[in-house]
Amino acid sequence: MWRYLLPVILFGSLIPIFVIGLHKDPSEIPSPLLAKPAPEFELPNLLDLDATVGTSDMKGKMSLLNVWATWCFACRQEHGFLLELARSGEIDIYGLNWRDERDEALRWLAELGDPYTATAFDYEGRVGIDWGVYGAPETFLIGPDGRVLYKHISPLDANVWQTEFVPRIQAAESGQ
Amino acid sequence: MKKLAIFIAAFLLSATSLAIDTLEPFADPELQARYEKIISEVRCLKCQNQTIKDSSAFLAGDLRREIHRMVEEGKSDDEIFDFLVARYGEFALYRPRAEGKTLLLWLAPAGLLVIGAIAIGLTVRRRMALPIDEDAPEEQD
Repeated sequence: MWRYLLPVILFGSLIPIFVIGLHKDPSEIPSPLLAKPAPEFELPNLLDLDATVGTSDMKGKMSLLNVWATWCFACRQEHGFLLELARSGEIDIYGLNWRDERDEALRWLAELGDPYTATAFDYEGRVGIDWGVYGAPETFLIGPDGRVLYKHISPLDANVWQTEFVPRIQAAESGQ
Repeated sequence: MKKLAIFIAAFLLSATSLAIDTLEPFADPELQARYEKIISEVRCLKCQNQTIKDSSAFLAGDLRREIHRMVEEGKSDDEIFDFLVARYGEFALYRPRAEGKTLLLWLAPAGLLVIGAIAIGLTVRRRMALPIDEDAPEEQD
């Protein structure tokens, strides 16, 4: 009896693992930064290279760091939502212009609108590496204490915002 | 035949022109070997089934540059791997370290081998205890 049942049971117990595995997106790698202090940086401001933008600007408030570039197709897709979010005044959005040409980035903001409180210009991609960025767009939620609360990979939209960001913001705010 | 020779020559030459790593090699061959060993063990996060040594994605280039710099600064292999794991997680390494979550990954093959050996041992032992059937028809080819 067992010699027939055992393989069936073993195989049966593997099936849920395969099913879960099939529904996971292998391109989404969990960030080891979660719940850790955000990596400090200070970079030139994209709009004014003499000024700087960095983690010190983001201290003491809930903020987003949105990694974008003009070569990134999906960034264009989420841009409308970012503008909407910025207009609502719910949260300050900082931009990390990653591995991009400055002229093109400026043109992008002029044409599509600028949702960012400030944009850091990471031409060499060094800050991107510190933040474990591997594909734009990526959006980090950073708490007032400077910790990374959440990282979203792929474009933002109203649905993702409501289901992934809002509850985390509320939880962090009520916990303080 | 001559055409074939030309083709092969062109093919062999083209390999060198495809070199992905554009960084200046180290003067010290020992450092260069260390650098190449490290980059052949790091996953390109952008193109997941390539190492950063093989990938032409710009992120792979950035990571090679950082690793090159760290090797130059005299950082140890472990320090460099720690740097990568702190940013991208254990997934960035093609040989994840044997600790915590990845322990199962390392122990599973040995465990399965032991289970298999026990299963074979038990089966053989049981079959040896069976009487030999003299009347069984001989196997035909």
